Amino acid sequence: MEQELKDKIESLIKSENVFLFMKGTPEMPQCGFSAGVVTTLKQLGIPFGSFNVLSDMKIREGIKEYTNWPTIPQLYIKGEFVGGHDITIQMAQSGELTKKAG
Amino acid sequence: MTIPEIQKKIEDGLPGCKVEILDPYRDGVHIKAVVTFAGFTGKGLIEQHRMVYATLKDELKEEIHALALETRSE
Repeated sequence: MEQELKDKIESLIKSENVFLFMKGTPEMPQCGFSAGVVTTLKQLGIPFGSFNVLSDMKIREGIKEYTNWPTIPQLYIKGEFVGGHDITIQMAQSGELTKKAG
Repeated sequence: MTIPEIQKKIEDGLPGCKVEILDPYRDGVHIKAVVTFAGFTGKGLIEQHRMVYATLKDELKEEIHALALETRSE
């Protein structure tokens, strides 16, 4: 992976305590799984930053390689990869997500 | 790719696992796989999901758009 792309991804991940790579925007998600994560974070009152991967093909492919995770959305807390849609929902239900984000 | 094909791919990749495929919207596209595999024991959720994703490496690039995943170790 190009250093420039890697740097860009890392600076996004570190730009907020909770950061989501998603399809679309929190106001207008473009995929059901992205929408699911946004809804969950909002319900839990967890503030988050986000990046719309549909706006940047390099980031869209790069983030999959960076994390070794083939799908989007991808959630990061305090710079650490937390999971995709299913793990996020599961952690929200168990209360672990709120704890981690706090 | 059909549901039985996806099921077989996961079963071949994780020998001895049990795979249940759900099609909650009955559209054959937004499917969910529930994978039970002894080899998940002691591994975190991220690692468990990565193990399933690895069995569908090529398919996830193009064909499969929406695969929800639930993993269990027993």
